[in-house]
Amino acid sequence: MSDPAPRKWEHRLRITLWVLIVPPTSWAAHFLFSYLWAAISCAKTGHFATMPWLFIGGTVLALAVIALAGWVAWHQSRTPGDPPPHQESTRIDRLRFLATATLLLAALSTVGVIFTALPVVFLRECT
Amino acid sequence: MRYAILLACLLAAACNTHQSALAPFGVEAGETRTLTLVMALAALGLAAITFALYFRAVRAPEGSLSHKGGMKLVLWMGAIVPTVLLAGLLLYALPAMRPMDSAPGDLEIRVEGEQFWWRVIYNPQDTQGRLVDANEIRIPTGRTVVFTLAAHDVVHSFWIPGLAGKMDMIPGRENRLVVKATKPGRYRGVCAELCGLAHALMAFEVVAMEPVAFDSWLAEQRTGTAAPPKDSRGARLFAREGCGACHAIRGTEHTGQIGPDLTRYAHRRSLGAGTLEPTLTNTAAFIRAPQDLKPGARMPTYTDLSREEALAIARYLKGRE
Ligand code: HEC
Ligand SMILES: [Cu+2]
Repeated sequence: MSDPAPRKWEHRLRITLWVLIVPPTSWAAHFLFSYLWAAISCAKTGHFATMPWLFIGGTVLALAVIALAGWVAWHQSRTPGDPPPHQESTRIDRLRFLATATLLLAALSTVGVIFTALPVVFLRECT
Repeated sequence: MRYAILLACLLAAACNTHQSALAPFGVEAGETRTLTLVMALAALGLAAITFALYFRAVRAPEGSLSHKGGMKLVLWMGAIVPTVLLAGLLLYALPAMRPMDSAPGDLEIRVEGEQFWWRVIYNPQDTQGRLVDANEIRIPTGRTVVFTLAAHDVVHSFWIPGLAGKMDMIPGRENRLVVKATKPGRYRGVCAELCGLAHALMAFEVVAMEPVAFDSWLAEQRTGTAAPPKDSRGARLFAREGCGACHAIRGTEHTGQIGPDLTRYAHRRSLGAGTLEPTLTNTAAFIRAPQDLKPGARMPTYTDLSREEALAIARYLKGRE
């Protein structure tokens, strides 16, 4: 029995360990970006802008990357297969595991990015 | 039981109303206490719910929850509900990070941390209204007060637990702390950053006064109350020993800046930055041997002075001649 050729690109893209680390890496990058942005804008202007466009942009970008990884993972986690326990390491089991793990990491990273970004809404002074 | 009583006694020993973040007399400390209580109660509530779930899970017979039902429980109770609750608590707590607003006309008090005492300057920008004091801070209730905090030697930290959170005093920097007292009374502040040998003996008194009383107090201090008698035995000894090289007394030729201003010494409630009662005998003993009463104090010893001479100086400083 041969697989029918996948039609959509999110099915064609195979989830690997590389995709798995995209959401947490995006969260980490956003975290670093937040600190750099706060330090640099404080050093330059001494206060937080009422509408920090650069920061909003960075946050939206991080969330978009995470959402994309999560969306692909969600599609692939629905690849048909048996429920656990898995005694043999088949390609399908491996894919389903990686996809589910990526999906969960994407959810966690979304919360992480939002919680990191929230304080900026409330900050006005640098000191 | 015995341990519980012992623990309760130990905890109760820390109860006081003059130096406690749990007995606030200022807006910020009040908000922080409410925040602490809400957070602690929320944490207790969450812990109780978690334990209840565990308890149920452990006692439930096998197979009482389907695989699908279990997954749903994990998703909701393990992820979604905690995230929403924590987000709610975070949103509730974050506004407390905002410093209080101040306006240009607000009273400014500059406090400088020194090893191991506090220099206090009211209205530092205003040459007319400037008033220098030490180891005691008076503030009006109901008005916004801006503290400018600085240091020259090492890092100190300015903390009045009943009024607001602590703020570091860093050499080469000025930090601002905006406060508003709500309840008149006498309170205590401390240094909250290990700064040397006498760090633990570096405190100050805080007097929150009704605004009217505060205004008349400040005006009275400015216009200069009667200077201590210049020509008494104590005054002569003070001059002869060179105390004025470090200490200032308004209305005299003594203008030293190295040690605490002694103009208002007679009105202080403490000696050696919150270390001792400022009685005549304590003051005389401190003048002869500061190190004995406050190890590490940066004042030289005057053992050449007889007890009796030291008492004369103390009497002079206490305005009792
Ligand atoms: C080298 C500078 C120096 C000289 C000289 C000096 N003092 Fe002091 N004095 C200090 C310092 C510094 C303190 C603060 C000590 C502390 O509390 O840590 C102090 C504290 C005091 C205090 C306590 C003030 C308070 O509010 O708690 C008194 C009183 C005092 N000095 C009296 C004298 C007298 C009297 C003389 C002269 C016999 C004298 N001092 C000479 C530096 C000096
Ligand atoms: Cu200190």
